[in-house]
Amino acid sequence: MYIYLPIAEISVNVFVLLGLGFGVGLLSGIFGVGGGFLTTPLLIFIGVSPAVAVATGANQIVASSVSGALAQWRRKNVDVKMGLVLLSGGAIGAIGGVWLFSFLKGTGHIDVVVQLCYVIFLGGVGGLMLFEAARTIRKRQAKGSRSARKLHEHSWLHGLPFKVRFRHSRLYISCLPPIALGIFVGVLTALMGVGGGFFLIPAMIYLLGMPTAVVVGTSLFQITFVTAITTFLQAYQNHTVDIVLAILLLTGSVVGAQVGSRWGARLAGEQVRGLLALLVMGVALKLAIDMILPPDSLYAIEIGRTS
Amino acid sequence: MKGGLGIWCALASLLAGVLRADADTPIVADLSEHLIAVTTGFTGADLLLFGAVNQTGDIALVVRGPDESVTLRRKTRMVGVWFNGTGVTFTKVPGFYAVAGTESLMEHTPPTVLRRHQVGVDHLKLELVDPDRVDQPVTYRQALVGKMQELGLFPAAVEPITVLADRLFRATVRFPANVPTGDYRVEVLFIRDGEVISAQSTPLTVSKIGFGADVFDFANRQGGAYGVIAVIVAASAGWIASLVFRKA
Repeated sequence: MYIYLPIAEISVNVFVLLGLGFGVGLLSGIFGVGGGFLTTPLLIFIGVSPAVAVATGANQIVASSVSGALAQWRRKNVDVKMGLVLLSGGAIGAIGGVWLFSFLKGTGHIDVVVQLCYVIFLGGVGGLMLFEAARTIRKRQAKGSRSARKLHEHSWLHGLPFKVRFRHSRLYISCLPPIALGIFVGVLTALMGVGGGFFLIPAMIYLLGMPTAVVVGTSLFQITFVTAITTFLQAYQNHTVDIVLAILLLTGSVVGAQVGSRWGARLAGEQVRGLLALLVMGVALKLAIDMILPPDSLYAIEIGRTS
Repeated sequence: MKGGLGIWCALASLLAGVLRADADTPIVADLSEHLIAVTTGFTGADLLLFGAVNQTGDIALVVRGPDESVTLRRKTRMVGVWFNGTGVTFTKVPGFYAVAGTESLMEHTPPTVLRRHQVGVDHLKLELVDPDRVDQPVTYRQALVGKMQELGLFPAAVEPITVLADRLFRATVRFPANVPTGDYRVEVLFIRDGEVISAQSTPLTVSKIGFGADVFDFANRQGGAYGVIAVIVAASAGWIASLVFRKA
């Protein structure tokens, strides 16, 4: 059954979109990430223009992150104060990112920049996660060599001004690093159509030193609002949000996410992280190869209405 | 089939007209539809052209979509990565372009005539925006045609026009799902001894209709409200899902 998507202006099989949404939702449920880093490239792959894919991807993540954030909220795993600080940065980042997106679209470099962002961030984060997961597993195998770990390491980040107490995270740190992190992830949301969980979660653990228990809930809290702002801005400024496409994707993904979160609960932390790392690395590698291999066609075409 | 009877009625009346026609109007033709509706279930459409001639000769059918400007960027390699170069823009590029013709049309008709009436992709008049700046206009032109053919917007083959008993003719043009909306022009040419004896132009509209059209209009006219609705829809879907699955 085919459906003509009003904004994307292509005809796509409904079941392909539902299945795509379900698959991405399943993974996002297992790993506690938005899954946008899979949705956007897949949408581009089935023929949706990058502009529509990125904007609609953000819209779809609103749904999956709301349902995830509510589940975490009930378990009291959201540090609202930290979430709001991150969000204040995220809003700034989203506004800047949507502007940057429009600008790069005008110069014709948006495709390459989006792809490059994917390769760099997914590759970098995936690599770190893989390294970390491998180290944890190896440590566990070598019994008795576990050294007592401090609650968190002190670094130059703790010397910054504007210190705020985040009770829920048991932290007393400057609010500048979380704001900067929020801005950065907001730009990624607008530019790549991702929630940014793949970057946010490790940054919250290793950079801010937040306890793992509240990291997923707090990141989902921030992602919900940043993707909502991005969706609004993309719709308002670029008219690139396809609501029909988003509804089909999110129908699949909300169901997938619920199933996935049950599976995820049964897997051990290192296993989950290791698998996620492999997945992230796989997407990055595929995109990197596409960028380096000679393209099928030496020309890129852009059709614009004159009348 | 819907509209089948209508076509035959129209054909019959046309034929009656042709039988009466003098040499001034050697050809009459019409389309099965003058509006192609792009609805939610749109997967492309077939347009039937039919008509009658009262002499022997070649018939050409040219379907031209609304003019667009098309920018091409040649990819170049920098530190191993392919980047888009600066753009070369063509104007007056039809958003869709298809040709149908009788078997001997392309061999019998002199290129000057084909060029004058822009019959065949090689004879399309495309204008470069900044011609002095462009290095190899011919390569870019070829790339444009190739890309449009890839997208299915410039069907490569000349569709056959079948002629029955030297009188009635018909041809089908396939419109893919990604055809641009707007005003089209369908030209029917009657060519004899290398000269165009008769030319007839028929309007055709491709338009979004129904729910999809409303969504498109709303998104473009009231982007802010549309954005708010998109967020609310997504957020409530997520909320409902979390309620449903909590109970389960």
